[in-house]
Amino acid sequence: MGARKSIVALLIILAILAIAPFGLPRFYTYLIALIVTTGLLATSLNFVLGFGGIYQFHHAVFYGAGAYGAAIMIVKLGYPAWLGFITGPVVAAVLSFVIGLICVRLSKLYFGMLQISLGSLVWAIVYRWYGFTGGDDGIHGIPMPELIGSPFGSYYFTLIVGGLSLLVMYRILNSPFGSALQGIRDNVVRSQAVGVSVRRHQLAAIVIAGFFGGVAGVLFVVVDNSVFPDMMFWTLSLEITIMALLGGWLTFLGPLLGAAVVVSLRTFVSGVTDYWTLVMGILLVLVILFLPEGLLGYVFEVWKRRTSESSEVQQR
Amino acid sequence: MMLEVRGIQKSFAGFQAVNGANLDVAEGEIVAVIGPNGAGKTTLFNLITGILTPDGGQVIFKGEDITGLPAHRTCKKGITRSFQVVNIFSRLTVFENVRIAVLSQQGRTFNLFTPSKRLATKETAEILESVGLIRKKDSVCGALSHGEQKVLEIAIALGGKPELLILDEPTAGMSPEETARCIDLIKQLRTNMGLTILFCEHDMEIVFGIANRIMVMVRGVTIIQGACDEVRCNQAVQDAYLGGSDVCSV
Repeated sequence: MGARKSIVALLIILAILAIAPFGLPRFYTYLIALIVTTGLLATSLNFVLGFGGIYQFHHAVFYGAGAYGAAIMIVKLGYPAWLGFITGPVVAAVLSFVIGLICVRLSKLYFGMLQISLGSLVWAIVYRWYGFTGGDDGIHGIPMPELIGSPFGSYYFTLIVGGLSLLVMYRILNSPFGSALQGIRDNVVRSQAVGVSVRRHQLAAIVIAGFFGGVAGVLFVVVDNSVFPDMMFWTLSLEITIMALLGGWLTFLGPLLGAAVVVSLRTFVSGVTDYWTLVMGILLVLVILFLPEGLLGYVFEVWKRRTSESSEVQQR
Repeated sequence: MMLEVRGIQKSFAGFQAVNGANLDVAEGEIVAVIGPNGAGKTTLFNLITGILTPDGGQVIFKGEDITGLPAHRTCKKGITRSFQVVNIFSRLTVFENVRIAVLSQQGRTFNLFTPSKRLATKETAEILESVGLIRKKDSVCGALSHGEQKVLEIAIALGGKPELLILDEPTAGMSPEETARCIDLIKQLRTNMGLTILFCEHDMEIVFGIANRIMVMVRGVTIIQGACDEVRCNQAVQDAYLGGSDVCSV
């Protein structure tokens, strides 16, 4: 029953998203596309943070690497856009392999601190290398193929690629690899004792997360036609970590919900007051104090309590 | 000999936890390691299984030198273990806890796309059946009683299809009924599954009840290894460990 309900809910949401561009002003389709892009980024972070227990403190670097990889291929090197779209995530995956290989020897906070340093190094290079990356200006007006050049086209492209990426990550988390990863999160020593090579699994997870972070970067290029160094600045990494915590870091769709909340807040509240981050700060404090498993984590908890109560009643 | 430990050593920040311990385990035996608290029993098990790297000495398993091999590789060689302090995947269900061990033993943890739900189900169910936890299979294991968690420890260790099973105080913290059931289980593991078992335990009744041979450790050193009677009547053991009281006549 529960599974059928959630499938129906999912289909309704998909149907609404599919017809949204016909009824909504262009601004809203842009906003939805931005939420999907950011949500994919936050979900790819949570792949290692929530399901792997890895302190991936500078995940935005891989988002930036994917976006810059695509933009540079298209604008600076003159390759076809589609080739650029494939290159982006591959660049992100290679970068996450290199950074991961250096960091994975350390655990927990030390891992996170070293990753912030190495990520900031990448940011600094991108920020200063005017000839290649456009420096602090970034690269704008990236030409798109005709098919996805229109707002309609970019909206549906983002929706389909974003949806497929989420599906693949979901599938991986339910595979034996995903089980091993969650085992490592819960108990490193026990994982070793049952024969799981902890570092190799962690590194593979970091590369997968980096790859999908890169896919999110490419989607941003498709939605916005531009890249800029802020995309890999550490404040964005913090922001997507907040999204994951807010939405529920032990649930798969929590980070997507968190992204929807934060992106909407930023869009609408920042129109009313310059202090929109204050609103977000208060919201975050409330969630941490009262819903430590995040918004979606809380929903699932209530749901579970209800179903177990009703099954107890049935048993009587 | 299935397992031979020769003069193994380990120190922590200057404290010599294990200082030249020796141990033999023959195939099909149940061997107990006893000794006062802090004698280095758990450290010895950690050294054998590769959770810790020894400073010196040798561990030989089935004729192969496995000294210093990391834990995830000693497991693949055929040595699995349970832990003294419950050490399980607390957010996962009982079934998933054991399934991870089975999947790992089958070398499937780099399979990215088949749902875990469809794999290793039969093997996992058999193990849970054999330890008597099958009725609890869908419980999140944080919700089990302490005794059940200790049995789950053994079930996870069985998931690795061991030849040598190492149990670190398997009955610690169990109620008397649970203890009795656990002892039956350990005996069955040897008779039905043909496992060789190495364990340590404080309860002398259990030790003398199920062990074929006993190794006594005091302050990181092996005092004696021998048959139960031989150990029971050894003067050095009585002085150092059994408190000088005359247990020989018991």
